[in-house]
Amino acid sequence: MSFETNRVVRLALIGLAAASLAACASRPKPAGPVAPATPSQPTAPPYTQPAVPPSPVDQGPLPGTVQDFVINIGERVYFDTDQYDIRSDAQPTLTAQAQWLNRYPAVRVRIEGNADERGTREYNLALGARRANAVREFLVGQGVSGSRIETLSYGKERPIDPGTNEDAWAKNRNARTAITDGAR
Amino acid sequence: MNLKPLLAAMSAVLAMSCAAIVPTVARAQIEVDIDKGAVKPLPVAIPAFSGGGRGADISQVISGNLERSGLFQPLNVQGVADQLTDVNVQPRFPDWQATGAQALINGQVTVGADGVLRVDFRLWDTFSQQQLLGLQFTSTAENWRRVAHKISDAVYERLTGEKGYFDTRVAFVAESGSKMARVKKLAIMDQDGANPSYITDGSYIVMTPRFSATSQEITYMALRPTGSSIYLLNLQTGRTETVGKFPGMVFAPRFSPDGTKVAFSVEKGGNSDIYVLDLRSRASTRITTDPAIDTSPSFSPDGSKIVFNSDRGGQAQLYVMNSDGSGVRRISYGGGRYTTPVWSPRGDFVAFTKQTGGQFHIGVMRPDGGDERLLTTSYLDEGPTWAPNGRVLMFSRESSSGNSRLWTVDVTGRILRAAAYQGAASDPAWSPLLD
Repeated sequence: MSFETNRVVRLALIGLAAASLAACASRPKPAGPVAPATPSQPTAPPYTQPAVPPSPVDQGPLPGTVQDFVINIGERVYFDTDQYDIRSDAQPTLTAQAQWLNRYPAVRVRIEGNADERGTREYNLALGARRANAVREFLVGQGVSGSRIETLSYGKERPIDPGTNEDAWAKNRNARTAITDGAR
Repeated sequence: MNLKPLLAAMSAVLAMSCAAIVPTVARAQIEVDIDKGAVKPLPVAIPAFSGGGRGADISQVISGNLERSGLFQPLNVQGVADQLTDVNVQPRFPDWQATGAQALINGQVTVGADGVLRVDFRLWDTFSQQQLLGLQFTSTAENWRRVAHKISDAVYERLTGEKGYFDTRVAFVAESGSKMARVKKLAIMDQDGANPSYITDGSYIVMTPRFSATSQEITYMALRPTGSSIYLLNLQTGRTETVGKFPGMVFAPRFSPDGTKVAFSVEKGGNSDIYVLDLRSRASTRITTDPAIDTSPSFSPDGSKIVFNSDRGGQAQLYVMNSDGSGVRRISYGGGRYTTPVWSPRGDFVAFTKQTGGQFHIGVMRPDGGDERLLTTSYLDEGPTWAPNGRVLMFSRESSSGNSRLWTVDVTGRILRAAAYQGAASDPAWSPLLD
């Protein structure tokens, strides 16, 4: 799943949740003494079934599934140009990845290092390998067994944004933690 | 693997004999100075060879080759009165002088009862009225394109003093699909784009094919979700083998000039180093140990040295070492990032990709780092490969819309052309001259 789709999904879920909360708040309630009646208010009609059934409350993906990892944890972290050190904004994601992986010890992952197109093919394969390994070391440092983690570099072969500007390149400089086995 | 057409093409390369039917005249009046990059291409008349449709086909292939070199300008000579029906009769030179052509290539094609194709051709200096070349080629009838390429090579060599590069093939990666899910197939074609054949099916990514100096073998990298491999593919047998198992990524393979070794990169724990595999003993030796990225190795023509790129100095630059890994010396000192060095087959230049100011360039420098010259500029040029004469480079150019094509440029940088292959392609690798 691409970064953008991921965000869209997340925003949609938040939207859905907000909509269902709003629906709950405005749902007609059985008559009771809770709300003080104002003089101008007409007499409440007798309770009837609402025309629209209450919106469902989103429960999110089942814990321990690939979806759970992708949506609630995040599978990609991003890097600076020609760099492979873990940025401070990537650490919360990777820490959450490690905690999740520690909670589900049967899960195995492949970390895929990616580079933007502003480099040549072979150098970028090496750079992607550095990024994948940097993520691997971080996860191992957080207690995930190295035997559960393999690494791969796609170099610049698998961009997630086809754009030709710094925004796109920034997204394409990433490492993706892909679950290969053991999820629910 | 779809090797059938390829193998058919390779096995069709029968003994092709070439005999001088008239001794060449010692001194040409006309000369093309390749090192000056043809400020003005030489006007040349290449009328259809006599002998029917095949004659016209052959002269058209010769014309296309010479035109794409940028050194020659084939003229439209359809209305010329001299019909040149007999290759053994001297041309009527005033007719050809009137076209402005300084050289004339005429010939005739016959097919014997045994199916053997015989092509006689002559190269003339139209103003001095001297014959510069007179050669006869015999071959199987289906091999007519190669005869045309060999004639092109003979003409090119006679007029420039440099070996030709037309009877060659190019391995490359044929591309299709969107930028985010590119399909990449290993492919091979004649240097003029004819006879493309697709060797892998696109179900996995292939990159960076390279020819062995024997031209019967290609090495390339394959990338699957399960890992990377370096393959050696024998074009005659269709047999494929790997360079062996390594724990991490393997990439950037390239043959030694004698074809007995392959240098490549192996990644372990995020660190990429250069290894050399001896194809006879199957033993591989690690020859760099720096914690930096060391990749894109390319041997010198005598096999004694390797040029490679490394970011050990902070960003990617070019280095030369002895082929056992000793004596590492940096050779590039300009601003920007230097990658994909390739030693010229004649040893006088190293070609490379340079990134600077948001642009990519193909460039050349002397093996000691001197005389750096940038030949191209674009959004994304990369991965030069040398024609066997060491005077022309092919590379891939990707536009910002993501469309990648093959281009050629000469060492002066003056002759920049789209290659004849029309499809989306990257990572070209030029073969040596065929036998």
